[in-house]
Amino acid sequence: MARLGRSTWAFGERQVAVIAASTVAGTWEGQGPLSDAFDVRLDDDRAGQDSWERAEQAMFRRAAEIACEKAATRPANLDLVIGADLNAQLTSFYMGLRGLARPMLGVYSACASICEALAVAGLAVATGFADVVLAGTSSHTSTAERQFRYPTEYGVQRPPTAQRTVTGAGAAILARGRGKWQITHATIGEIADFGVRSPWEMGAAMAPAACDTIRQHLADTGRSLDDYDLVVTGDLGRVGLDILRHFLVEQGVASASLVQERVEDCGAMIYREDQPEVFSGGSGAACSALVTFGHLFREMERGRIHRLLLCATGALLSQVSAQQGDTIPSISHAIAFERGD
Amino acid sequence: MSAWTFLWAFLVGGAICAIGQVIMDTTKLTPGHVMSILVVAGAVADGLGLYDPLIKFAGAGATVPITSFGNALVHGAMHEAKIHGLIGVITGIFEVTSAGISAAIVFAFLAAVFARPKG
Amino acid sequence: MPIATPEERARYHALVNRLTPGRPIVRNTVRAFIVGGLICELGQAIQALFVRYGGFKPTEAGNPTVAVLILLSAIFTAIGVYDRFAQWAGAGSAVPVTGFSNTMTSAAMEHRSEGFVAGVGGNMFKVSGPVIVYGVVSAFFIALIRYVVEHL
Repeated sequence: MARLGRSTWAFGERQVAVIAASTVAGTWEGQGPLSDAFDVRLDDDRAGQDSWERAEQAMFRRAAEIACEKAATRPANLDLVIGADLNAQLTSFYMGLRGLARPMLGVYSACASICEALAVAGLAVATGFADVVLAGTSSHTSTAERQFRYPTEYGVQRPPTAQRTVTGAGAAILARGRGKWQITHATIGEIADFGVRSPWEMGAAMAPAACDTIRQHLADTGRSLDDYDLVVTGDLGRVGLDILRHFLVEQGVASASLVQERVEDCGAMIYREDQPEVFSGGSGAACSALVTFGHLFREMERGRIHRLLLCATGALLSQVSAQQGDTIPSISHAIAFERGD
Repeated sequence: MSAWTFLWAFLVGGAICAIGQVIMDTTKLTPGHVMSILVVAGAVADGLGLYDPLIKFAGAGATVPITSFGNALVHGAMHEAKIHGLIGVITGIFEVTSAGISAAIVFAFLAAVFARPKG
Repeated sequence: MPIATPEERARYHALVNRLTPGRPIVRNTVRAFIVGGLICELGQAIQALFVRYGGFKPTEAGNPTVAVLILLSAIFTAIGVYDRFAQWAGAGSAVPVTGFSNTMTSAAMEHRSEGFVAGVGGNMFKVSGPVIVYGVVSAFFIALIRYVVEHL
């Protein structure tokens, strides 16, 4: 265990393991290109509940239950539950998981939250302050829409750079020692603000944060982009990914060919381009959780990815800040995974 | 109401919508901003005496777009002002638009009672 | 680097503008024109029916016509298709009074989960508020100015 450089926590290669991960996906996600990677695919984004908010809570609860089942442990054995969502006051996390009756830490960095949760969970496990920790996030297209934008049946025409908030929840259980996947490093990001104001251009707003964190991570660890089989950002979308790739090259982080080959984005992966109203791709706190815990973890198990860097990205705006004409600051936290046993 | 009105209804109505679309696509203004601008434009046009002739000529092409709401508000105010003097400017505003606003409120309420959003 | 200097911002915005797909303005405008025109055409037909069979004078028939269009828009919003239609039609669906009805209906439906008083009642004008406020405020000043000018 060591602190590296300015912002990176190195947990060591065999200290912090992900022993199980679960994914509960909404309807669009369940019909997308990664559909067979998810544990649960809902038929209805209402999940049989009487409000969108309760539906999201139910998804989060289910993801936590499935993760515990897969880890062959009961919720009572969890020492700590760390998580986040996009609702005000983290109601999906707190209300959804209150039934677990375990110590809880809600965190928030918008759509970067899953990495923040994994970083804090890894820290707790590595230092021995917790033996078994659950880390997860949820998001829902309708709760995000009605909180940040407009009523869901409102007819507003969205531009091609818009993104669709992912409906789903993902959870991972961390423990000391070795497991199917190891978390080796966490890099805590700094706020990046390049003056983007439009909530329709989140990808552009967040790309600088991703670039900064990737660069910081590589500088702190002494690694290069080449050391990773895949570097995946959270939810820049197709347009944001394009901007990031160019920006990485411009900032001298890596060559154009390497960036093209190794850098991807969860938001661009979770939907097919021909699915209705997905525009530039997925976004939301659950986007990187679903893609990573569902699809990328499976790729690691199959040996196709050995070392993965997940840089979830978050746009730190509120409805009020946007209406008051503020720019959109963003942040990105990184988690380095390695294939375990 | 002649057959020509049917043609002009399409052209004028379409043109007003096209103007709204261009504003939305070329500026950072939201649909809310654009609708507000159009309502005010309708009110100004009526203030200048230009909107009523447009209605005679284009029929529903002028009464259906949201601009006619601005026109109707000014009409109501002016009508009451003619009868009751300056105070009519306040008392008459919603006189003509009552149908639109009442209908919108009542039907929105009923929709909330009987239907749930699909997301 | 993270909090960008003005030069860094300018360079970044240039990069973003280069890589951001533009909105298909021509396609959107054509669609808005066609749909807006058709909705007005529908209004014209309804108005003619009210004059012919409803006993309304041509100058009066605008009001019930608008009410019918508002009802239709509320129904399409309630069954969940108006928003899909609006993505295609853009201003063609937003500018006619059908758009106004959609803003009220969608807000009322959405906030029912917070109850009928605070939810439905308190949020119904959430999106349509500006249109009503600026319509009334501008009408007030315009009528005032005209009245004063006419009576000078």
